[in-house]
Amino acid sequence: MKRRDFVGLTGLATGALFLPGFPSLGGTLVHPERLLETVDPAVKKRLADSALNAAKSAGASYADVRIGRYLNQSIFTREKQVQNIASGESFGAGVRVIANGTWGFAATNTVTEAGLAKAAQLAVAIAKANAKVQKEQVKLAPQKGYGEVSWKTPIVQSAFEVPIAQKVDLLLSANAKALENGASFVNSALFQVNEQKYFASTDGSYIDQDVHRIWPTFSVTAVDRASGKFRTREALSSPMGLGYEYMVPKAQDKIAGPAGSGLTGYKNSYDILEDAALAAKQAKEKLTAKSVTPGKYDLVLDPNHLGLTIHESVGHATELDRVLGYEANYAGTSFATLEWKKQGKPYGSKIVNIVADKTQPGSLGAVGYDDEGVKTGQWDIIKEGQLVDYQKIRDQAAMVGQDHSDGCCYAQSWQDVQFQRMANISLQPGKQKMSVDDMIKNVDKGIYIAGRGSFSIDQQRYNFQFGGTTFHAIEKGKITGMIEDVAYQANTQEFWNSCAAICDQSDYRMFGSFFDGKGQPSQVSAVSHGSSTTRFNGVNVINTARKI
Amino acid sequence: MPILSQDEAQAILKKVLSYSQADECAATLRGRTSGNIRYARNTVSTAGQSDNVSLAVESRFGKRSGTATCNQFDDATLRRCVQRAEEIARLAPEDPEYVAMLGPQQYLVPKAYAASTAAITPDVRAQAAADSITMCEARKLTAAGFLEDGASFTALRNSKGLEAYEQSTNVDFSVTVRTPDGKGSGYAVADFTDVKAFDAKALTKRAADKAAGSVNAKALEPGKYTVILEPAALVSDEGLLNRLVYALDAREADEGRSFLSKKGGGTKKGEKLFDSRVTIYSDPLNDQAPGSVFDGEGLPVKRMPWIEKGVVKNLYYSRYWAEKSKAEATAFSGNFIMEGGTQSLEEMIKGTAKGILVTRLWYIRDVDPQTLLVTGLTRDGTFYIENGKIKHPIKNFRFNESPIIMLNNIEAMGKPQRLGGNLVPPLKIRDFTFTSLSDAV
Repeated sequence: MKRRDFVGLTGLATGALFLPGFPSLGGTLVHPERLLETVDPAVKKRLADSALNAAKSAGASYADVRIGRYLNQSIFTREKQVQNIASGESFGAGVRVIANGTWGFAATNTVTEAGLAKAAQLAVAIAKANAKVQKEQVKLAPQKGYGEVSWKTPIVQSAFEVPIAQKVDLLLSANAKALENGASFVNSALFQVNEQKYFASTDGSYIDQDVHRIWPTFSVTAVDRASGKFRTREALSSPMGLGYEYMVPKAQDKIAGPAGSGLTGYKNSYDILEDAALAAKQAKEKLTAKSVTPGKYDLVLDPNHLGLTIHESVGHATELDRVLGYEANYAGTSFATLEWKKQGKPYGSKIVNIVADKTQPGSLGAVGYDDEGVKTGQWDIIKEGQLVDYQKIRDQAAMVGQDHSDGCCYAQSWQDVQFQRMANISLQPGKQKMSVDDMIKNVDKGIYIAGRGSFSIDQQRYNFQFGGTTFHAIEKGKITGMIEDVAYQANTQEFWNSCAAICDQSDYRMFGSFFDGKGQPSQVSAVSHGSSTTRFNGVNVINTARKI
Repeated sequence: MPILSQDEAQAILKKVLSYSQADECAATLRGRTSGNIRYARNTVSTAGQSDNVSLAVESRFGKRSGTATCNQFDDATLRRCVQRAEEIARLAPEDPEYVAMLGPQQYLVPKAYAASTAAITPDVRAQAAADSITMCEARKLTAAGFLEDGASFTALRNSKGLEAYEQSTNVDFSVTVRTPDGKGSGYAVADFTDVKAFDAKALTKRAADKAAGSVNAKALEPGKYTVILEPAALVSDEGLLNRLVYALDAREADEGRSFLSKKGGGTKKGEKLFDSRVTIYSDPLNDQAPGSVFDGEGLPVKRMPWIEKGVVKNLYYSRYWAEKSKAEATAFSGNFIMEGGTQSLEEMIKGTAKGILVTRLWYIRDVDPQTLLVTGLTRDGTFYIENGKIKHPIKNFRFNESPIIMLNNIEAMGKPQRLGGNLVPPLKIRDFTFTSLSDAV
């Protein structure tokens, strides 16, 4: 099934969705109970050694092997019925080697000592064949072996342990809330992922990891047959690196939105019933909301909206593979070249501090070690408005004169080769005490935007246009009601230099991208972006209504 | 061996059905062998090859349905796969949109397979990459490209007597060529059923010429311009035309949430919404862009007019929605063909007093489903045309435009070309809306 068909099937305005790993799109479907099984690390070590030894014997100077069970379950509903429930498992191993200074990779679902040894030999043969057209020898940043270690996402309850009936009930209850409150249609979905991955390398690491992610979402549609108008309002949930505890709402995780908006922000747990009820009311309100007058506005951006802007305009722009040209034919390159960085031009205003972090609890990108055995950490990307570093992996460090990887290597499954992917990239909260109401009271003419909407950015990350889920007009320090047909267009550097105020830590939340696509063949990854509500002055807003 | 013959595939499927205890059972066997090579910075970065055959079994008890898959084909595994599908079906809730499985069907004879493509070796891929890189190095340019090819088969069989089989092949190539200073960029993309038609050098030359010619672009004010959109600007990256064709959904239109929904209820099927020259149809037997002859359920794909002389002729009906609406179900064919003219791109440029040539549109996203308004940017070769000639490169633009408005503003149509498995003419459009400038190259 093509992505487009999937989007049509769910009726969700899915935006950044890329879904090759999900069984509803043709993976291996299994009985749900199968998702609770695990493989003994001692068995995996024996298998891994077989691959590493075979690679070395065949002439590899370096080898790593990833033995992975990639589990997922997705549940789709609309109105009062279940559309699809799929539980999927993918088990196999990928072997990556360097031979004659060149990468080679091969994968197999024959997870036996012989099967892995054969894959390792094939990887070496491919490396040697490619070495003939290779012009830049691979140089790996040094990496110590960690011996036998393990890491697990700190979850309270695995979503896979929760009976399907309970999860279906929750989604159908959310749909009922939406319908009771005037929705014409509602689609909801719950995505759950568990990566059980074992990494071993000739550096002497044997790393066993158990990674969990979850994403509840919905789309509510209100239709006015008389006028022929329809409007949707998406969920204000976020995909998270958490277990089923995210689906159990807790008072301390709710942050009241600005006065007059009726909105609630969610931290580490989500109230799907409350949000679905509000979504239906807001979808109806959107049908008659005033159409925006185009012009310059001060934008007050909720973290669940700003996360996507950070993702596109900072996250992708500072990926070193894009900067160096490896993605030129598909995702593109970046304005933030090595030369641009040297010039010292401001990326943003002095209050803009952006950090990359692969350890943040609850985030989608959190792991103990990346997919090439590097222990994860955090580092500065933008400090007081200046670009100070990129996101890189072992074979890129030397290209920018560094001696270490940032631990950004990831593959979507055992059968895909690992490459550089985005870390959690987050805007640090303001140091002064400031709530969203404090922020809005100083805005004379502005728009408060929450949730993800239409998003588009050029291949070097200069020019972008973003919509949102809800738009509220701000007039003379107060929210005065919903408006519609809003999109803002800006240039990355102008936008971040117009950043005028950031709410404090108490407002900080994470946005997430569950299916971020990159590479050829394309692979997905999941990543979070934290921020507090932030103000940007004088941003160009266009009206997107048209007559056809 | 990932590509099974019709007899081999049907023998496995017959055995699978013989194990079924369910009210209805359908089995699908798919196989694919594919390879790829990727290069950037004038050197190969990754290359891979993969083979896979998988079986999916759908079992149904009444309105309850379950699916299981496997990729081993010994009797014990096949039997387990069927049993598992039956277990899952027994656990599943009843599907209120249940439609009985199809009985025997008549299919067209497929023509989307070429033996030459199925025979591609890693050396062929390496040679294509080397040809592309060598040409760019000689011209002091930098190439980044991707070549992927594959051969596939699909076989279906169900307990109602349906039986289907087809094979297909594909070659997909794209290359972006840039100047070392990053001031010029050009792109070429093509896909084929038969690799004999693939010429890496010719495609790379096209991209390289655009890269060299796009250095020192000048800025034009955003606004409404006459544009010539090459096929890559119309269909790649889920482009303007794909979005229009995908939006022709009957259920969404009936439910009031489509640009085809009418005020007060009903749909715009049968209405003239586009310029009279707009004719778009699907045809699995098109010589240049052949498609599948059946869909995933085994429904036959046939020639299907979607838009004829500007009038919306048909909408896509799933089998459930067709039954409910007393309409005919539509098999989704996977390709569309837009009729065009006879002019080459060069002739279209010659006939343009003032306009903009657009090679590619990028990062296209829906803005308003009510009007199908989408946004995106030009990329990898945008040029100003004056008095029938390309005058100079221009900086890239962001656009906000609806394919519905665009297909009412046609000035000229060129000769259709294959892209993304479709057949699409370059289009000359007046009043195309560019809303801002981008510094991206």
